[in-house]
Amino acid sequence: MPKFVELWVYLSATPLFGLTATLVVYVLAQAVYARLGQAPWANPVLWTVVCLAGGLLATGVPYPTYFAGAQFIHFLLGPAVVALAWPLWLRREELRRRWGRLLLAAMAGGIAASGSALLMGWALGLPSEVTLSLVPKSVTAPVAMGIAEKIGGIPALAAVFAVITGLVGALSGKYLFDALRIPRDAEGWAARGFALGTSSHGLGAARALQVNADAGAYAGLALGLQVVLASALIPLAFRFL
Amino acid sequence: MTALRGLAWLLLFQSAGELLSRGLSLPFPGPVIGMVLLLIGLRSELVRDPVSVCADFLLAHLSLLFVPVGVGVMTHLSLVSQYGVRILLAVVVSTLAGLLVTVLALHLLRDRDGPASKEPPHA
Repeated sequence: MPKFVELWVYLSATPLFGLTATLVVYVLAQAVYARLGQAPWANPVLWTVVCLAGGLLATGVPYPTYFAGAQFIHFLLGPAVVALAWPLWLRREELRRRWGRLLLAAMAGGIAASGSALLMGWALGLPSEVTLSLVPKSVTAPVAMGIAEKIGGIPALAAVFAVITGLVGALSGKYLFDALRIPRDAEGWAARGFALGTSSHGLGAARALQVNADAGAYAGLALGLQVVLASALIPLAFRFL
Repeated sequence: MTALRGLAWLLLFQSAGELLSRGLSLPFPGPVIGMVLLLIGLRSELVRDPVSVCADFLLAHLSLLFVPVGVGVMTHLSLVSQYGVRILLAVVVSTLAGLLVTVLALHLLRDRDGPASKEPPHA
């Protein structure tokens, strides 16, 4: 038994542990998600985060130890943001044709998400650095961290809020759109996907991609647009506030 | 090998973006500038083929990449226990507001430049 404890102490401190745990738990969660017919509430990211955070807290492994391994996955967020140029390129004809209304929708949605977060944070009496970390939460995590830092929020907190926002969108989008009677034709799927990408970045896009190819492409487009719009407009807006 | 070349391109564009962002102190993060640069670079076949393979793989597993940051919620437990419900309320309401406004904006603007607009208007 002491041998086992020693082994655990050794293993849990190496980067191998964080990387392996992240991948294995995610692959399992993904399998359960597929088995349950991709029900929104079975979202694999949500359950992976719950299992890993719970497991780390229960075993007393500190987050930095975990992150020493998980950082190899985290690092890929940068190249993934660059890679978003690819779905944009594939849709460049459509983009050229519709850029006006897409830009309008992206700006309206982005302002609604950030503005309402700011108002809610203020109305609920949250500390100002928490509220400021809420503002960029509709943008994909690494970019949200950069924006939060610029406007006086806490980058690590902004990243967590971005992930929660992504999960909320991925979980609730379907029900909201069905309640609004957004049709399930090509245009309807494009609108659903675009809204998910605008409000819930990569996690919304991942959900959209699983449901419908058109929705997925428009979600990727929306998330790319939101990244550019938010990183330009949010710091600018706060300069005047 | 193609995928590996694709990753090399992605990292090169990200590095170029990072250099521009820091060097000119632009408001955009490095990867965002890298994305815009790549959009121009994709005109070349040399970039396009490898990048398509790598981008498809990365974007297909995009949600996995958010896990390490998400687990970071465990470091903010005191904040969560103090403000958790209020934070969640603010996140849920503002996310729904974003979804609602975007989807309605696109829904109301539909047909204007879609194929249906070519139909003659009904009298």
